[in-house]
Amino acid sequence: MSIFIWAFIVGGIICVIGQLLMDVGKLTPAHTMSTLVVTGAILDGLGWYEPLIKWAGAGATVPITSFGNALVHGAMAEMQSDGIIGIITGIFEVTSAGISAAIIFGFLGALVFKPRG
Amino acid sequence: MAKKNKKLTATQIEYQAFAKKMEPPRPVLKNCIRAFWVGGLICLLGQFIQTFFIHFFHFDEKTAGDPTVAVLIFISVLLTGFGVYDKLGQFGGAGTAVPVTGFANSIASAAIEHKSEGYVLGVGGKMFKLAGSVIVFGVVAAFFIALIKWLFTALGGS
Repeated sequence: MSIFIWAFIVGGIICVIGQLLMDVGKLTPAHTMSTLVVTGAILDGLGWYEPLIKWAGAGATVPITSFGNALVHGAMAEMQSDGIIGIITGIFEVTSAGISAAIIFGFLGALVFKPRG
Repeated sequence: MAKKNKKLTATQIEYQAFAKKMEPPRPVLKNCIRAFWVGGLICLLGQFIQTFFIHFFHFDEKTAGDPTVAVLIFISVLLTGFGVYDKLGQFGGAGTAVPVTGFANSIASAAIEHKSEGYVLGVGGKMFKLAGSVIVFGVVAAFFIALIKWLFTALGGS
């Protein structure tokens, strides 16, 4: 049960960090998202993101930082089995669901919906 | 700033100082509170979906993340199409932009917005207008981090 509370709190905190980057750091949304993704990748490189997922569940997997984490994870997993070429072949291994879903649903959305003025 | 001011007359500098004083300050605290609970709620929804997949479709905790993300993206694209997500975004700020739903929203809204330019040049070409930088920097960062780790294990011999 406590995972629901932690998901809410940790997810909220990551969003506040994003808001602070925009408001106080005066970054554009694109810069903010890129910063968060790179941060997630670095945190996984240090081995700190996986414990956060164990503890906060979707609070850590839903924010965009988990995209960076998943990219590193895929690259590392394939690297262990295939050597250095695995970095290239494995980088999208884990994130495939997110990117494929975004492209497919985004395209279907563009077929169905009309742009608004 | 100082360089720019050199070319201005005294009245212009005075006006700029005045305008800066009158500019409403960014409501940082209010924005942060909104971002916290809107973002927190989206993650909570994600946790509910994930728990649902674990209990009813026999995913384990590691594999349940993928269908959860796909469902959230689907919801986000629907809300974007109906124009709800953009309204939510004006209220929630980073609370709606940072979760994966914001990533999907940026893709779907760009795809829908550029539909009038045609399916190939508009939808296909402009879909990643905003989300592209996230993917590019994520992949490049992941590549170098994995490379550094590879070098460590290669040198350490473990």
